[in-house]
Order: sequence, then structure tokens, then C-alpha cells
Amino acid sequence: MKVSELMTLLDAKCVTEGANLDAEISCGYSCDLLSWVLAHGKQGMAWCTVQTHVNVIAVSVLMEMACVILVEGVEAEEASLNKAIEEGMPVLSTTKTAYEVCGIMNKAGIAVPVE
Amino acid sequence: MANNLFVDSYDVASGAFQTAGDASASIKRKLKQLGIDAVTLRRVAVASYEAELNLIIHSNGGNLIMEMSPEEVLLISKDVGPGIPDISKALEEGYSTASEEARDLGFGAGMGLPNMKRNADTFDIESQVGEGTTIKMGFTIKR
Repeated sequence: MKVSELMTLLDAKCVTEGANLDAEISCGYSCDLLSWVLAHGKQGMAWCTVQTHVNVIAVSVLMEMACVILVEGVEAEEASLNKAIEEGMPVLSTTKTAYEVCGIMNKAGIAVPVE
Repeated sequence: MANNLFVDSYDVASGAFQTAGDASASIKRKLKQLGIDAVTLRRVAVASYEAELNLIIHSNGGNLIMEMSPEEVLLISKDVGPGIPDISKALEEGYSTASEEARDLGFGAGMGLPNMKRNADTFDIESQVGEGTTIKMGFTIKR
């Protein structure tokens, strides 16, 4: 599934201009501990978090994720948005909870990350 | 090492959360340009990011050094203190002495050193309280 298709399913908007919404999603995840995400993150991952600071973007870029999903309407810090735009990382925003987003991703057949 | 293809060093300041990951991103970019395989690249990226974050969270400042030879990538994190009193404790998964500020940002899960060790082929840590900590990690390049 592409990021753009997931956006439709989640009724989410992309808050980073010019990001690659054609990126293919390999798996879904939800976690707010960045070190934990570094240990378990995967290429092509769609990652739900309520963390909004710039290190979220650094982690997603290092892991070559497909997108970051900010849940429950949390707003990214400006530094995060600038960094995400610079790196071409799609940041999606939704009012849904991480629980709901994961439920939708799971139902849509997006895989669990494989170690 | 006399046959190094590439050596690079980055200063990492204590408490520099806003630029955290810049050194690691730069190392990753350079290794990619040098044609390193994707699996090794990812392992180096995770370890260097954790090392960089540790310098920011725990150290009084230090350096992240990357050396690449035809066979391996060597990553060195070297700081000027404060040193780790109990290394075996620090290597335990889940053990953390991170500040409240670091924890608020989602760090301090006690995964830093374990993540480095897990991703590197060789891992060596030396620390002296009052002096500093040096971590050396080797990554064999797949051909």
C-alpha cells in the first residue's frame, strides 16, 4: 500500500509539502520511545507516535521509513516540519488514536514488522 | 589503519537535542556514497545514532569518528567525561540514567548501549570516572 492510500483510509492529511506519497509501506508500528523504535524500526515502516520533536524525523529518516503518523491531532514542531520537508519524509496528521490507526492498518493488510 | 579509505570526525555537544542525528545522517550519507551494502549501512546508522544520542544525553561533549577500510567500518565514540561507574549495569537492557528532559523526548529507554552492541560485529567499551568513555565498534562489510 502506498502512503497516499493510507492517508485516505485514515482520513489523514500530509503536513509536509513535497513528500513522496507514492512510497510503499512495508509494515506498521506504534511506539513513543525513540530508542525502542531504533531497535525495531524497519525500512518502509508507517510509524504512529505522539512525539513531535525533531528527533522523530531523524529516526524515521535513518530507518528509511515510508511515513510518520502523528496521532490524536498532535502538531509537529516547526523544526520537525522543516527537517521532514528537507529530507522528503511524509508526516501525516490524524485525529485518530494510535490504537485506531493500527487497527485500520492491520485490517488493511499492512504487515507487522518482522525481526 | 594505513589502508583507510575514509576518516571523518564530528563534534557532538552535550545537550544538543535540536541537532541530534545530524552526525549520524552525515555518516550514513557518506557510507552510502562509498557504496556500502544496505544491511551494514543500517547497522552502522543505528549504532551511530545511539552513540550520538548518548554523547548528547550523558556526556560533557565528545566526538563521533567514522573510519572506513575496504573490510570494515569502525565507529568510535569518545567523550571527555563524566565516565560510567558500572559498565555492566549500563549494558543491561532497560537500565538508564537519562535525565527527565531526555525521557520527555522519548529517550532513556535503556536501549542505547544494547542497541550498539547488537548491531556491531565487535564492541569495546572503556570508561574511567572523571576521565571519559570510549566506545569502539566494528562492522564487517558484506561483499
